[in-house]
Amino acid sequence: MPSEQWTHPEPGDGPAAVAAQPSPEQVIAGLRATSEGGAELTQLLTPEGQRVPSERFDRYVEDVDDETLKNLYRDMVLVRRADREANAMQRQGQLGIWVPLLGQEAAQVGSGRALQPRDMAFPSYREHGVAYTRGVDMRELIGIFRCTDHSGWDYQAHRFHPYTIVIGNQVLNAAGYAMGQKFEGKVGDEGGEATICYFGDGATSQGDVHEGFVWAAVYDAPLVFFCQNNQWAISEPTERQSRLPLYQRARGYGFPGIRVDGNDVLACLAVTRWALEECRHGNGPVLIEAFTYRMDAHTTTDDPTRYRLSDELEEWKLKDPIERVRAFLARGGHADQAFFDSVQAEADKFAAELRDYTFNMPEPPPDRVFSQVYAEPSPVLEAQREEYLSYLDGFAAAGEH
Amino acid sequence: MTDLQKLTIGKALNLGLRRAMEEDPKVLIMGEDVGKLGGVFRITDGLQKDFGEQRVLDTPLAESGIIGTAVGLAVRGFRPVCEIQFEGFIFPGFDQISSQLAKLHYRTQGKVKMPVVIRVPFGGGIGAVEHHSESPESLFSHIAGLKVVSISNAVDAYWGIQEAIRSDDPILFFEPKKLYHSGALKMEVDTSTAPSRVFASQVVREGTNATVVAYGPSVKVALDAATAAEAEGKSLEVIDLRTLSPLDLGPVFESVRKTGRLIAVSEAPSESSLTSEIAARVQQECFYSLESPVLRVTGFDTPYPPAKLEEHYLPDLDRVLHAVDRSLAW
Repeated sequence: MPSEQWTHPEPGDGPAAVAAQPSPEQVIAGLRATSEGGAELTQLLTPEGQRVPSERFDRYVEDVDDETLKNLYRDMVLVRRADREANAMQRQGQLGIWVPLLGQEAAQVGSGRALQPRDMAFPSYREHGVAYTRGVDMRELIGIFRCTDHSGWDYQAHRFHPYTIVIGNQVLNAAGYAMGQKFEGKVGDEGGEATICYFGDGATSQGDVHEGFVWAAVYDAPLVFFCQNNQWAISEPTERQSRLPLYQRARGYGFPGIRVDGNDVLACLAVTRWALEECRHGNGPVLIEAFTYRMDAHTTTDDPTRYRLSDELEEWKLKDPIERVRAFLARGGHADQAFFDSVQAEADKFAAELRDYTFNMPEPPPDRVFSQVYAEPSPVLEAQREEYLSYLDGFAAAGEH
Repeated sequence: MTDLQKLTIGKALNLGLRRAMEEDPKVLIMGEDVGKLGGVFRITDGLQKDFGEQRVLDTPLAESGIIGTAVGLAVRGFRPVCEIQFEGFIFPGFDQISSQLAKLHYRTQGKVKMPVVIRVPFGGGIGAVEHHSESPESLFSHIAGLKVVSISNAVDAYWGIQEAIRSDDPILFFEPKKLYHSGALKMEVDTSTAPSRVFASQVVREGTNATVVAYGPSVKVALDAATAAEAEGKSLEVIDLRTLSPLDLGPVFESVRKTGRLIAVSEAPSESSLTSEIAARVQQECFYSLESPVLRVTGFDTPYPPAKLEEHYLPDLDRVLHAVDRSLAW
C-alpha cells in the first residue's frame, strides 16, 4: 500500500475508518517500497542498466556524455576498491576499525560530483566516496581509522568538514554554516553557494536532525540534507526510525523532500544538482533521501548476520550501483573490455598505494597528545606536557629506548 | 583620556556586547528572546534594533540547535555569542558543547577555530522555580578544549565579554544572574582602557590571616565576609578566580604561601567540583605552607532546593566566617 494512502480516521468516521490505519506490515512495506522506477523513486538508470527518461531531471544530466559516465564508473570502482582494501587491512590488524561504504558508492559519488568547488560538505563518518570527490586523498583519511589522527585533511582547501562520529551533530553544524552563506549574501543566482550535509536513516531519529530541519527552514538556509537511507542503523531497521518514508518528513518542515534511487549514480547526480540549484537560488533547503543499502557491516565490529537475512542482501546485490553502469556502458557499446580492465588495474594500483601508505604510516609523537587543544596556550596544559615529556626522557636517559 | 561610566554588571555586559558588535561585523548574537525582548534579563536590550535581525537572531527554541548552528557559523568565519536563558536549560546543548565545540580545534590540529561564546546566567538567590538557580560550571570545566570563565563585577563584565568574543577558543561565560541589576554593585568602568588581562585570577582584597577564593556570585559573599572579619580583627585576602578552566591558581598558591590558610567558596555542590580541584592542587603545591586543611563552603550535594530553602543552601557571609574561624583555630 503506498504510504500516501494512509489516512487517520476523522472523528465520526465510524469503525470502518480504523482499518485505514496501517498495520505494522504495511508500515514496513511502505518504508521499503522502492517502486522500481515508480512515482516515488527517481531513477534514471535501472538495475539492468537501461536508461529511463525523466521529464524533470534529464536536463540536469544533459552534459553527461560517455566520457563523463565512464568517469563516474571509474570513481565508483576506485572508491569501492579502496573500501575493500581498508576493510581487509582492518581484518589484518592494520586499522583499528573500518566503516564500509560497500553498496553506497552511487549515492556518494553521484551527490559528491554534483557539488561545485565553492560548496561545502558536512559528512558523517562513512562518506569516503564523497571525500574522494572533494579531492581528499584516501591517505589523508585513513589515519582516522588507523587511529593516528582525528582528521587529516584541510577542510577549507577541500571544503569538506571533518568527519563527525556523534550521530546527527553535523546536521546542525551544516545548518549554521549554510546560514552563514546566506548571511554573507552568497545565494541568489547561478553563482551562489550551497552546503550539503550527509547523515543516515538512523540519524533521523536524533533531535539534532530535527532541529537542523527547523533551523534550515526558518532561516532559508542553502542546505541540501542528503540522507543515505541504507536501511540499517547498526542492527536497527529503518522501520525502527519512522512510520513514513523519510523524504516525506520534509513536508512537515515546509521544504521539498525527494526520494532518489541511491544505487543509481546518474539519478543521484541529477537530483543533487537540482537540489543544489534550488539552494543557490535561495529556494533551499531540500531533503534528499537516497534509497540504498549497506551491503557490508555497519563497521568492522559488527555482525550483520545476527540481524538480517541473506535473502535481503542477495536481492540488493541485483541493484548494485556499479554493475548497472557497467551494463549500460557495455551494452550500448560506450566502453569496451579494455576500458573496464584499465579501470580495474587503476583501482588495484590505487588500493596498493593505500596499503603501502597505511603500513608505513608513522606513529604520531607523544607530544601530539597535548597539541592544539586550545588556540591560546594553556599554562596548565603546558606544565602537563613538560612534566610528561621529561618523565619519558627519564626512560631514554636510563637507556630503555 | 579616561571615559568613566558607573555601570551595573548587566549594563556593562550590554555595552561590552555592543562595542564588540561595532568593532567586528562577524560578531552575531543568537538565542531565545535576545532580539525584541532584549533577553529575559535584558542583557541584549536594544541590540537587535541597532544591528538588525541578521546579527541578533531570535532563534527557534532548542539549545542544541543554538549551539550546533553556532559551531557551523564559526566554521564559516562568524563569531557567534549564544545566550542560554538559564543554566538549567543548557543540557540539551551539552552534546554539541562537549562533542563539537570543545573538540574541533584539537580534532583538526588547529585548522578549525571555534570563536564561540556561550553566555550562561547562573547561580541562585533569586527565588526562582527549579532549573533556574543552578551552578553547573564544574561539569563544563571538566571538558578539555573549552574555556570556562565567570565574572563578578562590572569592569570584568564590560571588558571580559569583549575579550571572550575576540578569543579563538570556545568560551562558556558564566554570569551571576543575581547580581545583574544590583545598584549597590554599580562600579565605575573606564571604557577607554582595557585591563591587561581579564581572565586570570585576581586578588580583589589583600589580607594576611587567611585566603578566601571564590568566583561569580560568591566573590561578593567573600568580600562581605572579609569586611565583617576585619571588624573582628581578622585580615582576609580574597581572590576572584575569573577563569575556571583552565584554572589559573598561581595567585592562589602565592596567597596561601603568605597566609597559610585557604577557604574556597562556591554555590555549586562540593563533590567533584572546582573547589575540590582547588583543594587538591593547593595541598599539592603549598603543602609546607599550610597551617590548616583547605576548607570549603559550598552548596550541598543535593539538587537545588525549593527557593524558600535556598538561604540554607547558599554559602553566606556567616558560613564563610564560620569556616574562617575553624581554619584559624587549627
